Amino acid sequence: MSSTLDRIAALTDEASTAIENATTTANLEELRVGYLGRKAELPNLLRGVAQLPPEERGAVGKAANQARQRLEALIEERGGALAGAELDAKLVADTVDVTLPGVPSQPVGRLHVLTATRREIEDVFCGLGFTVVEGPEVELVHYNFDALNHDPAHPARSRTDTFYVRRPQSVLDAVGPDPSREVVLRTHTSPNQPRAMERQAPPIQIIVPGRVYRRDSDATHTPQFHQIEGLAVDEDITLADLKGTLLAFARAIFGDERDVRLRPHFFPFTEPSVEVDVSCFQCSGTGALPRTGARCNLCKGTGWLEILGSGMVDPNVLGMVPTGEYDPERWQGYAFGMGIERIAMLKHGVPDLRLFYENDLRFLAQFG
Amino acid sequence: MRLPLSWLHDYTVPDLDPRALATRLAMTGTEVDRIDHHGVDALDRFVVGKVLSAEQHPDADRLRVCMVDVGDGEPSQIVCGAPNVAAGQTVAVSLPGAIMVDGQKLKASKLRGQPSNGMILADAEVGLAAERAGGIMVLDDALAAGTPLGDVLPISDTVLELEITPNRPDCLGVYGVAREAHAATGADLAPPPWATDPHPAGDTIPGVSITVEVPELNPRFTVRAYENVTIGPSPLWLQQRLLAAGQRPRNNVVDITNYVMFLTGQPLHAFDLDRVAGGSLTIRAAGDGEKLTTLDDIERTLDPDVVLIADADGPTSIAGVMGGQRSEVHDGTTRVLMEVANWDGPNMNRTMAKLGLRSEAGARNEKGLAPEQVMEAQAVASQLMVELTGATPLGGTIDVVNWIPPAPELQTIRLRDARVVALLGAPVARETSSRILTALGFGVAEADDGLDVTVPAFRRRDVTREADLIEEVARLNGFDTLPSTVQENRTGFPGRLTPQQRLRRRAEDVLVGRGLHEIAGWSFTQPALLDRLRIPEGHRMRQVVELENPMSEAQSILRPTIVGSLLDVASHNAARGMGDVAIFESGTVYLQDEDPAQPLADEHHALAALVTGAAAPPSWRGGAAPPADFFSAKGLLEAVAGALRVTLSFRPCADWPFLHPGRSAEVLLDSQRVGFVGEVHPSVAAHWDLEARPVGIFAVRLQQLIDAAPEVITYEDLTSYPAVRQDLAVVVPGTVAAADVVACVAKVADEVRVFDVYTGSQVGEGRTSIALHVAFRAKDRTLGEEDVTRLRAKLVKQLALLGGELRG
Ligand SMILES: [Zn+2]
Repeated sequence: MSSTLDRIAALTDEASTAIENATTTANLEELRVGYLGRKAELPNLLRGVAQLPPEERGAVGKAANQARQRLEALIEERGGALAGAELDAKLVADTVDVTLPGVPSQPVGRLHVLTATRREIEDVFCGLGFTVVEGPEVELVHYNFDALNHDPAHPARSRTDTFYVRRPQSVLDAVGPDPSREVVLRTHTSPNQPRAMERQAPPIQIIVPGRVYRRDSDATHTPQFHQIEGLAVDEDITLADLKGTLLAFARAIFGDERDVRLRPHFFPFTEPSVEVDVSCFQCSGTGALPRTGARCNLCKGTGWLEILGSGMVDPNVLGMVPTGEYDPERWQGYAFGMGIERIAMLKHGVPDLRLFYENDLRFLAQFG
Repeated sequence: MRLPLSWLHDYTVPDLDPRALATRLAMTGTEVDRIDHHGVDALDRFVVGKVLSAEQHPDADRLRVCMVDVGDGEPSQIVCGAPNVAAGQTVAVSLPGAIMVDGQKLKASKLRGQPSNGMILADAEVGLAAERAGGIMVLDDALAAGTPLGDVLPISDTVLELEITPNRPDCLGVYGVAREAHAATGADLAPPPWATDPHPAGDTIPGVSITVEVPELNPRFTVRAYENVTIGPSPLWLQQRLLAAGQRPRNNVVDITNYVMFLTGQPLHAFDLDRVAGGSLTIRAAGDGEKLTTLDDIERTLDPDVVLIADADGPTSIAGVMGGQRSEVHDGTTRVLMEVANWDGPNMNRTMAKLGLRSEAGARNEKGLAPEQVMEAQAVASQLMVELTGATPLGGTIDVVNWIPPAPELQTIRLRDARVVALLGAPVARETSSRILTALGFGVAEADDGLDVTVPAFRRRDVTREADLIEEVARLNGFDTLPSTVQENRTGFPGRLTPQQRLRRRAEDVLVGRGLHEIAGWSFTQPALLDRLRIPEGHRMRQVVELENPMSEAQSILRPTIVGSLLDVASHNAARGMGDVAIFESGTVYLQDEDPAQPLADEHHALAALVTGAAAPPSWRGGAAPPADFFSAKGLLEAVAGALRVTLSFRPCADWPFLHPGRSAEVLLDSQRVGFVGEVHPSVAAHWDLEARPVGIFAVRLQQLIDAAPEVITYEDLTSYPAVRQDLAVVVPGTVAAADVVACVAKVADEVRVFDVYTGSQVGEGRTSIALHVAFRAKDRTLGEEDVTRLRAKLVKQLALLGGELRG
C-alpha cells in the first residue's frame, strides 16, 4: 500500500513541476492530457481503487483524489497566466496609428458669436434674479419714444436717424393721424420697459435682448444691431444697486479684476443718467501696455472702456404706465441698455462691426 | 461744440491742463470728443519784427528781399512776396522751426537764389483769418522787436470739441460751459457778459414796427436798431475766436451775431434796416407753397407750419433757422436792425426736418431756449455794435412778449435730504448739495428737510423735478464714492429662462451639435428677392413690411423668410472657396399683419437651415460623404423635432415656387402647416450661383414647435415588459408613400423605423419593398410567440388595405 501512496506523491510532484514550467497554453494542454487524461496513470489509480483490499481503499482513494484536484487547480491557475500573457503579446502586435483622425470625421458647428454673447449675458442676469422677456421689432412711436419721455423734437425721432415703416392705407384709416401710432423699427430695446410694466405690476426685474435698428452705416455702425435692455423697479432700488449689478455683470463677462465707473450723461428716460465704463482688461486700467509701456490701443490710453448707458428710471416713464401701478412717489429703479456687438467686439477683439453680418465661415468658426 | 480755451478763460480759468480739464468735464457730464489745436505751434519761433530794409529781388519781380530785426542782434534776411511790405513796418515773423497752421515746419530756404530765414506773416498764416486777403499784417509800432508774437496776437489756441447733450442748450454757449467748468473745478466764475446793458431805454424805434401773428410759436420777439454802422472786417481777436470755434468770419456785423450766439447760446439775426421794406416785420405762418430764397442761395417751398419773418414786400427769413438774401447786411449797410427772438422748439425742429435745412441758430432754437435769454444776447450785441462798428443806437428796444413767466413758487423745487439718499443709495451732505447747485446758477434756501431750490431760466426746461436736482448734485459730486450693492429680488419669480426660451436654445444647440454654423442675417432685404424666389403676386409672402426711408433699395423691405439670408451667406462663402455649407439662423421674419387695421407687423421666430455640398469632411477610411440633399435637410429638422419631443409629418407639396417641385414637402404639426423642407429649385439657386449641387433647406415657425413641446415629461414603463423586436419586409405598390406604410404598421407595432428601401425585379414591376425595424410591446405583460403571430396577422390585414403584403 505504501508503494501506491508513494507513487501518487511522486506523480504529483513530477506533474506540479511540469505544470509550473509549461510555457504555452498548448504545452499545458499536453500536460493535462498526460497527467489527468483518460489514459493517464493517476486516473487509472483512482479507477483501480475498487480492486484494492478494503483496508487500503480509503487511504489510496483519498490521496489520488486530492492529487487530481491539486493538479487541476494548478493547471487552471497556470493556464490563466499563460493565456493572459499570450493575449497581451497578440494585442501588442495589433497596432494602429493612433494619430489618424477619428472616423467618420465629426463636423463641429458653432453658435454665432452674437448669440453666444447674448446667452452669456442672459445667464449672468438670470443669476442676478432677472427674467428674460422679448418684444416686437416693428414698434409704435408711442413705445419707442413717447412712453420713454422723448421730447417731441428729440433728434432720434427724425427720419434721418430712425427707420419708419410705411403703413398701408387700411392702417392709416384705422389709426388716424395720431403721430404716436406711427410705426418705426425700434431704435433700442427700451420700448420693452413700458411694455413690460403694462403687463406686470412692480416689483419687476427683467432683461430684454433683441435686434434694433438705426439709420447709420460705417465701421462702427450697422443699420441693425443687438441690444440687451435691463429694468429693475422696486420701492428702494438705488443708483448704488445699479452700480453693483453692473459691476457683477462686468466681472462675469470681462474678468474678476474689473472695476466699473459711472459717468454722467443724458438719456430722456432716465434721471440721473450715467454711462458705464469698465476698466480696460487689456492694460488692467492703466492705459499703458504692461511690457512696452505703449499706449493701450483698446482704451486709447484712458484705462476705461465704455460699455453701456443706464440710469434711474425717469419718474415720467413710471408715471406714464397706464395701469397706474408704477406711482413714481412709491416706486423707483434703474434701467440700462447695452450693445451686444460692442461687448463682443471688446471681448474678442473684433475690429469691424460689419464682420458680424458678413457671416464668413472663417469668421463664424472662431467663436461660439 | 468747439470751445476755444482762450475764450473760456475770459470767464473762468481752471487750474488744469487741457487733458485734465477734459477729463473733469467728462466726469461731470460734458463729454469731450477731442482736444484740438487751432493756429500755430512752436510758439517761441513767432516774434515781432521790424523791417529795416525791403529791396527788390534781383531775379524776381514780385519778391522783396528784406532785412528784419527779430530782436536777437543780427538782422535776418527774409524774402517776402507781399505787395504791402515796406521798410519801417512792425510785422509778425515766423522763424525756421515754426509750425505753421497747416502743420508744416518752416525751414530756412533760398528763393530764386536769395537765402530766406523766415516768413513775414499774413493773418491767414497764423489762423487769424479764413483766407489770405490783404498781404502781411502790419502791427503797432510800439511793439519791440523780438516780443513773442503769442503775447500780442491769439495765434495759438486749444479747442475742446464738446458733445453737448440735447437737454443742455445752455452749454451751446461759451458762458454756459464756463459755468459748468466753474462748478466742476471750483475755479472762479466772472460775471456774465450781459451783466450790464448799455443800450438806451425805451420801447420804440423810430420807423420800425413789429407784428407777431403766431404768438404760440413765437413767445418773444425783440429788435434793436443801430445807425452810423461801418461794415468792415472784424478785429483779429474776434476773427480768431470764430475761426477756432469753426465759424468763418464775414464782416463785423455778421460776426457779432455769430460771436454773441457762441457766447450766450442765443441766436441773433441782423437785418439791413434800409432793406426792411416799410420798416415793419411781421411774424406769421407761411402760405401753402410760398417760396423764399435763403442765405445759402436755395429757393425753398414752404407750408403753413413754417414760421416766416416778412416785411412789407414779403418774406425775408425763415424764423429761427435762416435769413433771406433780400435784407442781408452788405458792404454798404449803415443801419442795422438786430433781431433776437424766442421760438417754439418742436416747430423749429419740424421746419428744419421738412426743409432739409440745418443751421447753428436752428440747432439752438429747436432745443427750446428760455425767453429771458433774448435780452442777454441783445445786451452783449449792443456793446459790440458800438465798440466794433462805430454804431449809434437808434431808439430803444421793441420787445413783443407772448409769454408769461412762471410764478416764482413754480420754479422752486424742494430737494429732500432723504430723497437724495433713497435714490442714490448714499447720502450727500446738504452743504455739498447747496454748494454744487449754487455754482450751477440755482438759487438755494434752507428748508426743514433739505433745500428749496430755485431753477434758473436757462435750466427751466431740463430741471423740473426733484429727481432732476438729484442728478445735478450727483453728477458734480461724482459717483466714485457710491457703494456697489445689489438689490434683493422681491418679484416672486426666480431669475431664469422660460421653458420656451430654454427650448429655443435646445433647438439651436441640436443644429450646432450636428455641425451647422449659426449665421446672423440682415432683417432688411430687397424687393427683388421676392422675384428671385419666384413668389407670385398675391402670395402671402408678398405682404412684406416696407420702410418709408430705407438706406437703399437693397434694404427697403423686411425679410418675409430667412431663405434669402441663408442663400446670401451660402453664396458669399461658396464664392470664397467654401462650397460645403451647413448653416442655420434662428431669427425673426416679418409680414404685414393679416388684420388690415393692425399697425404692427406679424413677426414670428423662425428656424431655418441650409446644407449644400459634402455633409461632412471626407474621411480617410470611408471616402467622401455624399452631397447634402433633401434628406439631409429633413434629417436635421427631424433631429430638432426629436429634441423638442414633437412629432412632425411631411406631405409632398408644391406651394413654394422656389423649391424643387419633386423634392419639397410641407411640414405639419398636428395637421397644421409649420414650414417646409426641400431642395432649392435649380433656377432659383442659380441666382446665387449655387445650382451645381443640391441645396437642402428647411424653415419652420419655431415658436409653434416649442408651443407644442411637452413641458413636463411623465414616466412611461418601457422596461418591465421588454418588447419583441423584428425586422419586416413590406412590399407595397410604388405609389404608396413610406409614411403611409409606417403609419399602417404603427397601428399594430410600437416602434417603426424604415431601414431599407428597394425597388427592382425581385419585388415586381411598380412595387417597392420597404424594410422596417419594428417592436411589439404590451404594457402589462411580456408578449409570447402566439401574441406576435396574432399581431403579424393583424398587420397583414392592415397592409392589404394599402395593396401591400408582408414578406419575411
Ligand atoms: Zn487699455
